[in-house]
Amino acid sequence: MEELLEILEEMHPDVDFRTCDTLIDSNILDSFDIIALISEIKMEFGVTIPPDEIIPENFNSAKAMYELIERLSD
Amino acid sequence: MLFASYGFIAFIAILFIVYYLIPKKYQWMLLLLASYVFYLFAGPKYILYIVFTTVSTYIISLRIDKLNQTQAQYLAKYKEDLSRADKRAYRDMMKGRMRRWLVACLLLNFGILAVVKYSNFAIANLNAIFQAFGGQGQLSFLDIALPMGISFYTFQTMGYIIDVYRGKYPPEKNIFKLALFVSFFPQLVQGPISRFDDLSRTLFKEHSFEHRNFSFGMQRIMWGYFKKLVIADRILVAVNTIIRDPEVYQGAFALVGMLFYAFQLYADFTGGIDITIGIAQVLGIEVKENFNRPYFSKSIAEYWRRWHITLGTWFRDYLFYPISVSKPMMKVFKFTRERFGGAIGRRIPVYISTITVWFVTGIWHGASWNFIAWGMANCVVIIISQELEPFYTWFHSKFKVGNTFGFRLFQVLRTVLLMSSIRMFDCYRDVPTTFRMFGSMFTVFNYRELFGGALLELGLSMADYWVLFMGLIALLGVSLAQRKGSVRLKLAQGSDLLRYAVYSFMFIIILIFGAYGVGYDSSQFIYNQF
Repeated sequence: MEELLEILEEMHPDVDFRTCDTLIDSNILDSFDIIALISEIKMEFGVTIPPDEIIPENFNSAKAMYELIERLSD
Repeated sequence: MLFASYGFIAFIAILFIVYYLIPKKYQWMLLLLASYVFYLFAGPKYILYIVFTTVSTYIISLRIDKLNQTQAQYLAKYKEDLSRADKRAYRDMMKGRMRRWLVACLLLNFGILAVVKYSNFAIANLNAIFQAFGGQGQLSFLDIALPMGISFYTFQTMGYIIDVYRGKYPPEKNIFKLALFVSFFPQLVQGPISRFDDLSRTLFKEHSFEHRNFSFGMQRIMWGYFKKLVIADRILVAVNTIIRDPEVYQGAFALVGMLFYAFQLYADFTGGIDITIGIAQVLGIEVKENFNRPYFSKSIAEYWRRWHITLGTWFRDYLFYPISVSKPMMKVFKFTRERFGGAIGRRIPVYISTITVWFVTGIWHGASWNFIAWGMANCVVIIISQELEPFYTWFHSKFKVGNTFGFRLFQVLRTVLLMSSIRMFDCYRDVPTTFRMFGSMFTVFNYRELFGGALLELGLSMADYWVLFMGLIALLGVSLAQRKGSVRLKLAQGSDLLRYAVYSFMFIIILIFGAYGVGYDSSQFIYNQF
């Protein structure tokens, strides 16, 4: 989780990723960020996120993203 | 059959009556029949195209579903015997087989779209290349017409097959229901591009007559006709005069043409979508919104999230994301990150995907270099604003103007001007003329040219300008009111007298001020040509 938070904070230092759970709904992360994030996740965690998993529910919070990573690495 | 024609109004009036008179279980079948009758008016031979798309997608979706079921049964049967690696290998093998069917479906249907829409564009370019190298021969153009709505229904149907492949939902087993999803007539002309899981929720349901749906739907239809007939078709005359004679109408006139076209396109496209959503609502069917007051956007990226929303999300979900997270792109990311570091490495794959998507978006709108240039211009503006993001952050931390009315107004005006100037590519006959006209706004601009009756020589009388002015004020007023919720809901909460006064007023306005004349034939919707 800490690694993921580091990646996110590097992208948007002004956002509190520990508490925010409307990252997509509030337009904090746009599609550019999502792609950059998926690329970073692939590098850091070795997990490939397929296009059909790119839905708001999976990216609205750091927690949701981490759960997605865990689910896909199973 | 044009939306803005007496024939179409009679068609939907009969449909509304019959729809609520027949047993409810036949309602969706009636809609299918109505959709095909509507399509027949565009030309009987075009039915073949839409039938082919429906049948090929139906067969392949069932094929994919069968493979999915085989996979599930196999994995359930050998759950204990297979290792994780075996299961993964089996899933990969089955996914590969499903992918082959998906690719076949996409190639067939996008192939048809490519042939009917882009053959003559490709031939024109090949001929130009031959000529440039001194060749004598010329390829002759194909005598092929664009079937109505092919860009829209192909995209909608291919979205469906991709969703089935991704396992988002099971395929529709009834081919006639799928046929209705593909051909649902209100959205056939210019979208929205619906998703199956959204539209099917209400499309195949049995609907009882509901006064609220009827009155809200009729209001929306009237508002759509108001935009189309009172504003778009009126302003079209002046736009055509300006853009068809670029040698005469330059400088200040090019600016007027640019702004008028922006109003025309907005009124035309959103008006058409209002009619579509309104018809669907009267039928009890929910169609996704395609606009969210786009000209109030603070940036171009935001504008594209609020203009033609269903096309934007289609490209995002079925092109931008798949390209961006594809294996080759991940390799590019790895390479660029190692070579140039995180900040730049992260950008390059995103920008490659962005450029690809905007190229395709441009060419989707039309087979010409104008639309490719239009797509690329959008792309450049979006990438530049993305790159300027740190500057914006710095600016806003330094100067606390972000929430002031003045700054927001500046942002909105910037969006309107930027989008309108990029839209000039839609108007003029070729890309060099567009650049010339854009440049003329700076080199030969003389606002005095517009006075002394020159504006009255564009085909519009003073009365027309007054109607346009009032119409645009009404459009702006409603858009501003929508920020605080649904205008129709507020109207519904008001007194009956007020409500019916508004209906009657709208109806009379459309009748009196709709751009009719002797031998009047409403113009086709702009997006119908895409």
